[in-house]
Amino acid sequence: MNATMIQTTGLTRHFTVKKDVVEAVRGLDLHVAEGELVALLGPNGAGKSTTLRMLTTLIPPTSGTASVAGYDVIAQQRDVRRVIGYIGQGNGAAHAQRGRDELVSQGRAYGLTGRDAKARADELVASLDLAAVADRPVSSLSGGQKRRLDIAMGLIHAPQLLFLDEPSTGLDPQNRANLQEHILKLRAEHGTTIVLTTHYLDEADAMAERVIVIDHGTVIADDTPARLKAEHAGDLITLGFGSASDAGAAAARLSSLSGATVSAGGATVEVRVAGGPRLVPGILRDLDAAGIAVESTAVNRPTLDDVFLNLTGRSLREGVVTPSSEEIAA
Amino acid sequence: MSSTTMITDTVTVFSRELRPVLRDPFSVVFSMIQPLVFLGLFAPLLPDVEGGSALQWFVPGIVVMSCLFSTAFTGSNLLFEIQTGAHERMLVTPLRRPALIVGRALKEIVPMIVQTAIIVLVCVPFGFDLHVLGVLLGVAILAVMAVGLGALSYTLALASKDTEWLFWTVQQTVLFPVLLLAGILLPVDDGPGWLRALSAANPLTYVVDAERALFNGEFPASTVLSAVVAAVVVAVLGLAVGTRAMRRSS
Repeated sequence: MNATMIQTTGLTRHFTVKKDVVEAVRGLDLHVAEGELVALLGPNGAGKSTTLRMLTTLIPPTSGTASVAGYDVIAQQRDVRRVIGYIGQGNGAAHAQRGRDELVSQGRAYGLTGRDAKARADELVASLDLAAVADRPVSSLSGGQKRRLDIAMGLIHAPQLLFLDEPSTGLDPQNRANLQEHILKLRAEHGTTIVLTTHYLDEADAMAERVIVIDHGTVIADDTPARLKAEHAGDLITLGFGSASDAGAAAARLSSLSGATVSAGGATVEVRVAGGPRLVPGILRDLDAAGIAVESTAVNRPTLDDVFLNLTGRSLREGVVTPSSEEIAA
Repeated sequence: MSSTTMITDTVTVFSRELRPVLRDPFSVVFSMIQPLVFLGLFAPLLPDVEGGSALQWFVPGIVVMSCLFSTAFTGSNLLFEIQTGAHERMLVTPLRRPALIVGRALKEIVPMIVQTAIIVLVCVPFGFDLHVLGVLLGVAILAVMAVGLGALSYTLALASKDTEWLFWTVQQTVLFPVLLLAGILLPVDDGPGWLRALSAANPLTYVVDAERALFNGEFPASTVLSAVVAAVVVAVLGLAVGTRAMRRSS
């Protein structure tokens, strides 16, 4: 087992908003080992960013303890800051600055010499494909270019632990894919421990080996995406029929299937069940033998949204407030 | 990776702040438009004073005004960085919190010197008598004042984190009374008692008085000393509240 990178015990943070106490994070117990890539998944307001802001020393916890890379987030703030990289929701580079200048300042902030900071800035400019824009004012960069610059700034000191808060929000699908590729490459090359927050299910699904589902400030599930889906949501088998009466008859027969949830609507029957692909041939034979003609079939693997729906009774997508470009494009 | 100190941190913050100014020196001139307008449109209305041009009295005030405007405005840069996320990124680095305010405030000295040089050089052909030693000492006092005013502006920006209008409202509300009460545009000596009392409570008044003497080649000890004390008080106060605000910043 790898060394502990993050350990929190009863981590809690309250905010007072107009005399009302909002419990953003409630008694979070978290353990992340060195080298893990963990996604904190949850709707807006679930407490993901607040958790990250406590772990990165930006705000103190109301109660509870947290240690990051062996340092206490309250008593050893500067030690924590030295070893972590943080890419927040905003843009790290100031609009009035030029990208390369900001990279050098960032390097100096971590104690690199002027020469080392310049060399490291050049290296990151090249590896994040920023050569064409690094010497322009940051305000003139596109969203994707600014985000790549943010990543470069977060990596200037080759941190052993990198936090990313909603890294791909506001990016188009191509830039999102590009960003994910950079993050995965970083991990493959340097073994960096990565903790990211996201409300994009596919992102958590595609990148993280471990997904921590957070809702109302507490962890409600913590496992690999595959196991979360297997445990908390089945496959969805959709059967199409020639008529509603056929569908009704089929639904009646299928209700005897163990562990399945069957719902009929119009000429369609939906069956939510584990191990869907292997059950379909049997279902088709059974319906055929009963004289019910199936016109179409589809099997959908569960998504993390199904997991969230199953755990909370709400869809994660309802929590998405920002109409970002990728949803319009999707 | 070498270790950092309060001094290297301050240098890092100072250099970062200064870089956009060096990249685009014209930005310093843009912030001077208002003082230059006053110089061009207000100074000609003033009657000549005994022994020389009205500029001799007016120019030091405009130098202080130029410094006041640009330092009061400077917090808006931080406010913008708070809104875009650049400030948060700085807070996550190991930079010491006092360095984040001291480095920024020290940078205010540079545009102040450039602005003073421009104003003085523009006025010399129009009859302004240049006394180099006095101007240099005047600039040194103003440098201390600029650090304090800059720190106060940054503090206001930090306090306005979630309410941008607060910055501009407070800044504009405070700026003009401070300007007028310091006797920059018109002398307050002949004003009513309450106004003179307010003027006496304004640290900038002492700085303006000293600048007028120094720019005229005079070195009255008590006037200069009062100005030094006023500037130091503002600087210490500004950096103290600024450091406190920066430590609480998130």
